[in-house]
Amino acid sequence: MEFLRPATWQEAVAAKAEHPSAVPIAGGTDVMVEINFDHRRPEHLLDLGRIPELSEFDTDSGSGTVRLGASVPYSRIMEHLRTQAPGLALASHTVASPQIRNRGGVGGNLGTASPAGDAHPALLAGGAEVEAVSVRGTRLIPIDDFYVGVKRNALAPDELIRAVRLKTATGPQQFSKVGTRNAMVIAVCAFGIALHPEVRQVRTGIGSAAPTPIRARAAEEFLAAALEEAGLWESRAALPPAVARQFATLVSGAANPIDDVRGTASYRRHALGVMARRTLDWTWREYRGAERTESCA
Amino acid sequence: MSTAEQNRAAEGGRTPTGVARGLTQGATGTRGGIGESTLRPDGVLKVTGEFAYSSDLWHEDMLWGHTLRSTVAHARIVSIDTAEALATPGVYAVLTYDDLPTEVRHYGLEIRDTPVLAHGKVRHHGEPVALVAADHPETARRAAAKIRVVYEELPVVTDEASATAPGAVLVHEDRDDHHSGHVPHPNIVHRQPIVRGDADAAARRADVVVRGEYVFGMQDQAFLGPESGLAVPAEDGGVDLYVATQWLHSDLRQIAPVLGLPEKKVRMTLSGVGGAFGGREDLSMQIHGCLLALRTGKPVKIVYNRFESFFGHVHRHPAKLTYEHGATREGKLTHVRCRIVLDGGAYASSSPAVVGNAASLGVGPYVVDDVDIEALALYTNNPPCGAMRGFGAVQACFAYEAQMDKVAAELGMDPVEFRQRNAMEQGAVMPTGQVVDSPAPVAELLRRVKAMPLPPERQWETTEGADVRALPGGLSNTTHGEGVVRGIGYAVGIKNVGFSEGFDDYSTARVRIEAINGEAVATVHTAMAEVGQGGVTVHAQIARSELGVTQVTINPADTQVGSAGSTSASRQTYMTGGAVKNTCEAVREKVLAIGRRKFGTYHPAWATAELLLEDGHVVTDGGEKLAPIAEVLEDEAVDLELEFRHRPTQPFDLRTGQGNGHVQYSFAAHRAVVEVDTELGLVKVVELACAQDVGKALNPLSVAGQIQGGSTQGLGVAVMEEIVVDPVTAKVRNPSFTDYLIPTILDTPSMPLDILELADEHAPYGLRGIGEAPTLSSTPAVLAAIRQATGLELNRTPVRPEHLTGS
Ligand SMILES: Cc1cc2nc3c(=O)[nH]c(=O)nc-3n(C[C@H](O)[C@H](O)[C@H](O)COP(=O)(O)OP(=O)(O)OC[C@H]3O[C@@H](n4cnc5c(N)ncnc54)[C@H](O)[C@@H]3O)c2cc1C
Repeated sequence: MEFLRPATWQEAVAAKAEHPSAVPIAGGTDVMVEINFDHRRPEHLLDLGRIPELSEFDTDSGSGTVRLGASVPYSRIMEHLRTQAPGLALASHTVASPQIRNRGGVGGNLGTASPAGDAHPALLAGGAEVEAVSVRGTRLIPIDDFYVGVKRNALAPDELIRAVRLKTATGPQQFSKVGTRNAMVIAVCAFGIALHPEVRQVRTGIGSAAPTPIRARAAEEFLAAALEEAGLWESRAALPPAVARQFATLVSGAANPIDDVRGTASYRRHALGVMARRTLDWTWREYRGAERTESCA
Repeated sequence: MSTAEQNRAAEGGRTPTGVARGLTQGATGTRGGIGESTLRPDGVLKVTGEFAYSSDLWHEDMLWGHTLRSTVAHARIVSIDTAEALATPGVYAVLTYDDLPTEVRHYGLEIRDTPVLAHGKVRHHGEPVALVAADHPETARRAAAKIRVVYEELPVVTDEASATAPGAVLVHEDRDDHHSGHVPHPNIVHRQPIVRGDADAAARRADVVVRGEYVFGMQDQAFLGPESGLAVPAEDGGVDLYVATQWLHSDLRQIAPVLGLPEKKVRMTLSGVGGAFGGREDLSMQIHGCLLALRTGKPVKIVYNRFESFFGHVHRHPAKLTYEHGATREGKLTHVRCRIVLDGGAYASSSPAVVGNAASLGVGPYVVDDVDIEALALYTNNPPCGAMRGFGAVQACFAYEAQMDKVAAELGMDPVEFRQRNAMEQGAVMPTGQVVDSPAPVAELLRRVKAMPLPPERQWETTEGADVRALPGGLSNTTHGEGVVRGIGYAVGIKNVGFSEGFDDYSTARVRIEAINGEAVATVHTAMAEVGQGGVTVHAQIARSELGVTQVTINPADTQVGSAGSTSASRQTYMTGGAVKNTCEAVREKVLAIGRRKFGTYHPAWATAELLLEDGHVVTDGGEKLAPIAEVLEDEAVDLELEFRHRPTQPFDLRTGQGNGHVQYSFAAHRAVVEVDTELGLVKVVELACAQDVGKALNPLSVAGQIQGGSTQGLGVAVMEEIVVDPVTAKVRNPSFTDYLIPTILDTPSMPLDILELADEHAPYGLRGIGEAPTLSSTPAVLAAIRQATGLELNRTPVRPEHLTGS
């Protein structure tokens, strides 16, 4: 195994072009597990650790965007992006342990593209774009097109993730994950929701309940229509319970889960419904300004 | 001693293989004797990451061993082709069953039924088939992958029905062990009935009868230091083995005959042990490492990774338990009938003794005159099960405590009061006929645990909103209070201490006292495995109390001294602590004899008074100092090695189960307070209070640590810990810490303790073995609390979210 250590982003992109099968390593919290267990024996490891811009983020209030370097660790997202990317900050909080959160980041989560990755529901709900770079140039992959199969993503073999772009949150966002212990656990299933009042949209993301992370589109459309019809975006009135119930049912129905050692398919469907109802309630209350519902963890 | 000094002492004393040569402990400010919370000598090293565990062992020029394990649960081995593995550069040896050097090719704790390497057949997923030694661990691992084993799969038996069905495949075909004659089926390792009184007649007096079926999942010890050791071939043809284990001499007895060596040529030294909990009672890499070292003539190290560790040791027996309890309207138990079926897996390990415990403790700490109990362990193709903290008593406690709640509910009685009405006390008779002849404060423990203040309601609420860390789901942010219901549950349990059923249980201690630079110092040498329980701390305390010295050196545990017995069965403070005390007393008599000889004529008290050793002096019981110990000794040393035994026990009668089978009993009670998210089925244990009688707390801090650790292990199997075995293939589905979950600190609640010290006059210092009792009642207390919160029956542990949501 050869260890490539590019000093600059240009060198990294060139190295990836030269060795398309090289495995990038950022925090290493997925890569090293695979290597230790002999699940993976890459010929080249491409260390991204020396490229400072990957660990930086910019928030541009003018354009209303957040550009999050691929290697920014979860602990910094939790700390610095709670206002701009609240859903992703909450999701970051649920990842693993402090040690892992100090190393692992969103670029790695996207690289692995596990249906259980915690960033994905938040990225789907937030409507993120993945900035993929190769010697051929840069393209922005909408997050909806990024997950193409079980642990497969839309990156070409010569591409690296430079950053993730998110619109600065214009409305409340929530993230919720079920695991069988109270910390340091892989999701049995997870749910993210973001209200986008400026475009009168609701976006969602479901984790660990289908071969890839997915959106619950029917639920989103139903909710947006219901809010529109009743004029709730303007009135900020309470959400009719029947709407919340139907939203939950549609989220449940969007999932396509399996039975495995972590949980049963029917539990996953059930839990998604509960999480959908609760997180909608929290976001809508926050939207109404009725009360503070943010967790203070 | 300061941190720096401690580190230096340990570092300077480290052998090339990383084994500390001796831990010298001083005591500043206090006497450092028994009853004080002196700090453990290994504590700072462990929390700073400097302690040398067995996985850190290193030797110049050493090879790495790797074990090839079966990929299927039950199969005939058609062929094993090692040629390609052997031809791999860097590989020094590849061994299979055919390479074993002697005719002794099996080992086992009670029954020698476990092949050193699979012979003709594999009986469970992960069974060792071949060994490789190479100059790099990766080379060894890759070479092992090149060994071609052709399996012809056989049907598997996985539970009682399949194991005892007509025509069931036999896991062991030609049994001739000492249990084979009395078991009803060859796939039953051992069966123990216990019959006392007349349960049928008593049942007719019952006003209420409650039945239940319970299932206990397979728990893993999940010690953090994986199996590891280093075998170094010696010039005399023998081998030096450094290993993390629980009982050096038991290992030795099993290893030496397989190697064809006399025991004295297999010199074992305990290496740093990263937890045990029963999982190191059976051999893992010991024989394998020695075989490779002797074959290659080079030191060989073997370290399992976490995945392999799940196959490298036995687990806690999963169990199916059927109970019937009867009671009168007044709340008196009339009778108990129960049947406990333990799954022993493919090899016997300690299944017979686990059966004895489950049966004899199957009713719990209650007075019941009419009982009909049956416990048995199966041979199946599931992973082998054996010792784990609580050893048969854990499974039974889960079921009988659920039953006690059910009966109380049926009677409309408070569950604590119902337990108290039936609680045993000193003088009670066990189902085995044994009289409990030391304090048994069962009702009192329940009273104390109930009297503790409850944590406040809605404890997650803060001025800033909900603190999700205090809610079910924790940081996963699943609830801000929605769906959350509190429940409170109680349980109490009974555990035996020490080895039972007529076993000759003893421990050996060698103690030396001498004067160095004008100060009397002591050295204690035993073969006790320090697995984290704090034995080394307690031994120094005992030596200080008995010999009046300050500085005590605890020598590394090895086989150059007599057996200390196992670090299990809550027995080491009682047994090796007792042995140290016993030897110290004999050493003291010798010191006093020397003193009388030298100084007897100077002071009449030498002849007339009761003399003690205190603060470095010979003193009279009136406190008068007669002479410094160092002056008594001058350059003479007193050095003795003695054995210590507890009261003998008897085997249980094979038909009636009668017999004084146990040495001592240990009791703990828990109150669990849980918050359950009833919609998502997630549980937060908010508080787990425990009251336990410890006889005498030799080191109160260690006692608290044991109780809290044991309680947490019980909590783990209540809400998350389970090895999942596929019922069709008998393969393990979650051999990793990704999916075998153990409690994190966020899952570990506050654990207020109430520690009682009622002396057992038969035991050294009146102490009671304490390590296991808290593991028993914690699980049923948590389950009872979840039942109260949800109204569900919950006959199975661990509870999973889908059991609580019905989905
Ligand atoms: C103990 C433990 C607990 C964990 N718990 C969780 C959890 O709760 N939730 C969760 O979601 N995950 C969890 N993980 C998985 C892991 O921490 C996350 O997936 C993390 O986001 C990976 O980030 P990393 O920087 O460490 O990635 P790495 O391991 O460095 O890389 C992961 C993958 O992404 C690729 N990659 C990395 N950077 C780039 C890039 N810039 N461009 C292209 N490809 C790239 C790599 O080649 C690799 O395939 C856990 C891991 C461990 C070890």
